[in-house]
This record gives sequence, C-alpha cells and structure tokens, in this order.
Amino acid sequence: MKGTFPRIPSGCSITGILNRKAKRFSGADVIKSIRLMHDRSNGLGGGFAGYGIYPQYKDHYAFHLLYNKEACQHETERFLEKSFIVDRSEPIPTRPHPRITDTPILWRYFLRVKPYVVEQFSGRRNERRPNRCLADDGYEEKNFVVQQVMEINQKIDGAFVASSGKNMGVFKGVGFPEDIGEFYRVEEYEGYMWTSHGRFPTNTPGWWGGAHPFTILDWSVVHNGEISSYGINRRYLEAFGYLCTLQTDTEVIAYLFDLLHRRQGLSLENTCLALSAPFWKEIDRYSEPKREAVTAIRQVYGSAMLNGPFSLVVGFTGGMIGITDRIKLRPLVCGQKDEVVYLSSEESAIREICPAPDRVWTIRAGEPIIVQLEEGVQP
Amino acid sequence: MIRSLLTPDFLVKVDHQHCRRCKRCVLNCGFGALSFLDRVVADNSKCVACQRCVTFCPESAITVERNPLVFKGNDYWTANDIKSIYKQAEVGGMLLTGMGNDRPYGSYFDRMVLDACQVTNPSIDPLREPMELRTYLGSKPNTLEFEEPDGAVLTTRIGPQVALETPIIFAAMSYGAISLQAHKALARAAKRSGSLMNTGEGGLHKELYPYSDRIIVQVASGRFGVNQEYLDRGAAVEIKIGQGAKPGIGGHLPGEKVNQEVSQTRMIPEGTDALSPAPHHDIYSIEDLSQLIYALKEATRYTKPVGVKIAAVHNVAAIASGIARAGADFVYIDGFRGGTGSAPTMIRDNIGIPIEMAIAAVDDRLRREGIRNQVTLIAAGGIRNSGDVAKAIALGADLVAIGTAALLAMGCHLCQKCYTGNCSWGIATQRPELTRRLETEESAERLVNLLLGWSLELKEILGALGVNSIESLRGSRERLRGVGLNQVELDVLGIKSAGR
Repeated sequence: MKGTFPRIPSGCSITGILNRKAKRFSGADVIKSIRLMHDRSNGLGGGFAGYGIYPQYKDHYAFHLLYNKEACQHETERFLEKSFIVDRSEPIPTRPHPRITDTPILWRYFLRVKPYVVEQFSGRRNERRPNRCLADDGYEEKNFVVQQVMEINQKIDGAFVASSGKNMGVFKGVGFPEDIGEFYRVEEYEGYMWTSHGRFPTNTPGWWGGAHPFTILDWSVVHNGEISSYGINRRYLEAFGYLCTLQTDTEVIAYLFDLLHRRQGLSLENTCLALSAPFWKEIDRYSEPKREAVTAIRQVYGSAMLNGPFSLVVGFTGGMIGITDRIKLRPLVCGQKDEVVYLSSEESAIREICPAPDRVWTIRAGEPIIVQLEEGVQP
Repeated sequence: MIRSLLTPDFLVKVDHQHCRRCKRCVLNCGFGALSFLDRVVADNSKCVACQRCVTFCPESAITVERNPLVFKGNDYWTANDIKSIYKQAEVGGMLLTGMGNDRPYGSYFDRMVLDACQVTNPSIDPLREPMELRTYLGSKPNTLEFEEPDGAVLTTRIGPQVALETPIIFAAMSYGAISLQAHKALARAAKRSGSLMNTGEGGLHKELYPYSDRIIVQVASGRFGVNQEYLDRGAAVEIKIGQGAKPGIGGHLPGEKVNQEVSQTRMIPEGTDALSPAPHHDIYSIEDLSQLIYALKEATRYTKPVGVKIAAVHNVAAIASGIARAGADFVYIDGFRGGTGSAPTMIRDNIGIPIEMAIAAVDDRLRREGIRNQVTLIAAGGIRNSGDVAKAIALGADLVAIGTAALLAMGCHLCQKCYTGNCSWGIATQRPELTRRLETEESAERLVNLLLGWSLELKEILGALGVNSIESLRGSRERLRGVGLNQVELDVLGIKSAGR
C-alpha cells in the first residue's frame, strides 16, 4: 500500500470548527458542512479530526491504526507492546455503508509510554533543546512517539498510523467525506474542535492512508492544494529524522509544525511566518525589530517555506490555524458566531451550519488566523 | 629537417576584392597574424580564431576557417593528440591552455529536465505576481530563539550576511589574468545588479574601491595584495584552495604581465613572475585551514562571511563537510569545466569531476550531517545559461558563479589563448594597446544585461514550477528528472528518471 504511488497532487474542500469555550459538540455539524462541498471532492478520500473526543483517556496517546491484513496488526501490536503500556485496544466503531468498500482493519489503542523507554531514548540522542522547549516536560516523550510512528509507517508494510495525539483522533478513508463520516459514526463523538477534508486526487486511485487529515502527535492538517516545494521541504525534514513515507505533499506540513513549533520552540506566529513567509518587498518595509526577526526567519527557514497553492486548517490541542499561500491560490473563509470559530473553503459551508454568523471574512493571502481556546479554558 | 611539423589550425581568408585596405584588421589582431604589405597578408600559423578581425572588418571581407587539412582518419589518435605530440617534441614543455575543459565528456545539465505545473497546481505568471530571487550569502544557524513572551524580538545573533538580488555572482578572475577594464566592468555590473564580483588572487586595484560592498576578496596561496585594507574593502573573504580548471595546481602569472599597476595591486616587484604555490604553505591540513579562516574572521572582526573555494574532486563531499566544520561561512565548489587564465592542458582536461555531481554529493552530505545551514553553497564551473543555473540550484546550490559566461558577455570568443597575454578583445591581456579597446562602461552594461536576462528567465522557470521564491527550488530535486542516465548516476544526483 505505502509507497506504491508517486506523490499525489490534489484539489479539495476543507473545514474546521472550534468552540473557544471548549464546549463539546457532536461531529454531525462538521459532516453537514463538508457534505455541502460534495463537488469539491471526487470520492477518493475524506476524513475528520476530532479534538476532545476521548476525555476518559485524555492523558493517553490515542493511536488510530489502519491495517491491510491481520498479520500487520500482529506485528504492529508486538512492536507497540515493547515500548507502550496498552491500556485499551479495540476496533474503531464503524457501520456498514453502501458506498464505503474495501475497508482496511481499523483499530485504536490508548497508550502510555513505559517510563524507562524515554530515558533510554533520550540518552541515545544528542539534541540541543531550545530554551523555549525546556518547559515542555513531555518533550523527549513526544520525540519518542514521533519516532515510533515513523517506524511503523516506514517499516511495517501494510500498517499505517492515522493519528497519534492525545484526546484526539482521525477518521479517514476512501469515499466522499460525508459517507466516511457516516461510516465511522463520527456524529456519535463529541469534541470541542473538528476539522474535515474532502479529497480530489488527480492521478491515482485513493488509498486509505492517503486521505486527510495528516497527523503527527496532536497536529492534524487538512489541506487544499499542492505543495510545489515538497521536494525541498521533505529533504529538510529528513535531516531532522522525519521520514516522509506517505508520498503525499500534505504530510510535510504536519511535520513542519511539529519541528518548528514543538521542537524548535518557534511561536505559532513565527512558525506561520516561516511556512508562508511575507515577500521581501514587504519585509524591507517593516520597522525594527520586526524586520530583523522576519528576515532571519526567512534566511534560516527557507527550506521549510511552503510554496505552491494551498489553504490549510491545522489543528492542535486547544486551537486551530487557518493559513493560505502567499498569493492565495486556494480559498479560505473564516466565520465567527459567539465563541465558535469556523474555517472553510467556502462561505456556504459555514452558513450551512451557522446561518447567521456574527462575522464572516475572507482570509488575506499568507496571513494566518490563529484561533485558540479562551484564556483559562482547558481543553 | 623542416622547422615545424605543425600545420596551422585555422586559415584566414581575405576577400581582396572587397577589402578597402583600411588595415583595421591588422591593428586589431593581438596575435600578430595579420600584416600589411601591399595588401592584408595573413600568417595562418598565428591565427587562434578569436574572430576579432572578422568582427571589426567594415566590409566583412575576412573569414576564418578551420584548416581543412586532415590527418588520415583515426578515431583513437585525434588530430589534437598528434599535434600536441609534435608541439612537445619541438619544445619539451608542458602544454598550456586557457578557459575551461573542452573535452567531450558530456554534460549532466543536458541530461536533466525541469518540471512545470499543469492544472493540479497552477503555474505563476512572473509578470503579474512577485517572484523572488533574493539570496543571502553567509552562515545561518539551524534554529532561532526569540525573546519571551511575544516571540517578536530575535535573540539569536545571526552571522554576517551579504544580500544578493540574483543567485548569480561573478567567478574569481584576477587583475593580471584579466585587464583592469574587465575587472572594473565586473565590479560595476555586480554593484548595479546586486550581485558580487570576485577579485581572484590578484589583489584589489584602487579604482575598484567604490564597489567594495559588492566584492569578494580572495586570499590565495600567493597572498598577493592581501593586507588589512584589502580585507576591509571586501564584502566577503574567500580562501582559495583550488580551482576547477587546475585542481591541485598553483598559478603562474608571467612577469610580462606584471606592469606597474599590476605590481602595485599584487604588491610584488614590477616584471617579476607572480607564482602561486600549489598548496598554501601554511595549510597542510584541515586544522590549518580552520586557523586561517578564524585569522581572517578576527582580522575582519567577524563582520564579513569568510569562505573557502575548492575544486570538485572525487572526495569533494567530505572535504566540503570538513570546511563547514572548520568554520567557513560559504563553500565555493568549482567543477571540472571551470575556466582559467592559464593551466596545463593535461591537468585541465583530466582532473576533477562534473559540478552537477559535486553539488549533489556535497548538499547530501551536509544535510545528512545536519550542517547544511552552516554554509552557503556556491557552485561554478561551466554554467552556460539560466537553465544550468536553475538545475544547479535544484540540485542544492545556493548560488552559482559564472566566469566564462561573463567573459563571453564582454566579447570573449573562447579562443582559449588567455595564457598568451595577447587577447585581441582586451580582456585577458595587460598590453595597453589591447586593454584600452575594452570599454569599461559598455562591458558593464553587457554584464548587467546578461544577469538581467538570466534572472528574468529564472523567474519564468520558477513561475512554471509554480513557486514564487528561489528557496523553494533550492535543493528541490523532486523538480528534476534525468534523461538517459543510468541508475547510479540518478542515485548520485538524487533524482528520478523522467517518466517516474
């Protein structure tokens, strides 16, 4: 399954909904919103990311796995048991659906890392940790989890990690997104944030692992567009131990957020400045110290810059980011009603579930919308 | 025994019916191949096919042809081999040549093609949208740190950077090897184009001082013209270890070329040979190089990037990695097609590796070691057009340097006789009657035009690739495909075959 296809360019629909008071709501809304944009996808991929959906296991890494066959499941489970305490292991609930066929084995695990494993792991590494990351006491544990995900995706043929974050999960597959939602019974989950994707891949049969969202830890990315700079983004990431095994450009975005924000300690704003950088002409007009800072970001993170047409909704624990490429070759609209914020490819998809928003506006090229839970609100 | 077995390479044909006997051709020939008796007479044996007379004849009455006289056909012993043996049998010396390796090794640039967007990702029109070529020469850290809590104030100190408005700079060519007029034209063009010129190892003439923020000053094994002021006058400092045309070989500027101005600039007595030793006599290992790098950084108070130029040889990746770790801010790699004012022909034609392979190997190695950001990678040696530039950058170079192409822009006709000092075009000579024909301002304009034309083409290429900034092409080998390359070559270049 993996690596069988060359990189898959695609067009798409995306949606994200965040309740800033962290009130949980059913996945039905996000299905309704993405259903409206049916024509933006072609039935070769759809998916959802829900945040806050596993409150009873909120401190566990929730691994959603796709398996080609039972043998890969056994192999993966043996692999997981080496380093993780598996507190729960179960099939991901689905319902039979007339238009969803050829389903892989879908399984989820709630995991804790065995304590000594992280120590061993960090002892083998020699990474200088940026000051800003010192506060993150799970830093090395997360690095370890990232490495485990990479290893499963690369080494176990026929096994693929759909998501690996805490108190979040990804439900994705081949089909129209609304059908995928029904298949996974997404409406039965409640989360404070949902993102969704309908896919229009252009040169390959879809495969389940190739559907969006793409994730690492609690980062999830739904993406409309194509990363024309994929080649260099990928080579840049490989130098930091990220293996791009999924042959799709979107995967690099999740890894870039993980690298720049979590591992290198850039603020979300600066991470966005690196990934969708302002033009030099603009930077030259900034006053100090901003000019110096943004100039340095472009000088240092040039290989991380995403180029080509894209609009993205990036989810993470406690918030989401909407961002487009620098000349906005793909659409992205933002809406707000009370404490709920919407991001979508189309305004209609927002109005479909929120007929009278307080505000709806089109996002400006390259300028990120970073929405987080209200101050003091815990996810 | 006859005087020489050598037959002329070229035949000069004068159409006496059209010739108006103005003698312009006679005056223009730097090699003394033409004289005037009652009419223009050619000494074919002296003609090098520099085309100066052809270009300047007002009646187009002169043509230069390859001498049709052939040896009996032999695929193994070429005419070139035979003539070289005759030459050496006559004089017992090394064969000399100028410019770059001209042997039929082929080119990997010509076996790689670039990608373009169709439908799924839109191409970008550079006439409508911004298209960025700006590149910074200098070492970058791997990460940045910002002041808490807003993260808007940078706390990381970034080393010195030189901003370039195009990723194309001029290669090192010394005053002495080329004329002051040519040197000034390069400096002026670099300044106007937001690019850089490179002094080579011949020092910096005072007339170039106004352009010093656009000049890389070179420190080579002969240390000609190197003093505190010289270092202060540069935008960046380059230690020259080797050159693509003559890896492992020193330099020799004959005393005839060392006139008063050259002597002052190089800080050597007038009329003496300027000998650059093969190695630096204070560099016999990588730690010695590191000392020189830091000596130069100390001397320039860490305000300028200090880099190292090497020839592309078999082990180039490991050498470049060592240089990066020795503290260099940039690594300049010169491929085996790189030009020279003078080199032993056998060295030029048989030593070194193609720049395409060298870029790929070095970029891979530096990335694997996590030190790619530490150095700016400059690639040179046979860059012929903006397509080559784009491919070199896609393979992993930050910048390319052009020498031969720049000389061509000034009028060079690639006769490869730079080492004779007779350049009819006033470029590779110090003879005042020849150098004065090279008009500095006009040459500068032609160089500016060349950089402008290539930059426009680069923008078109980026637009076709659907990206609007050069850093999205840099090292993006996914956008390259090989045509007619075997698997090993594809692997070394790190690219896929066309169709994949």
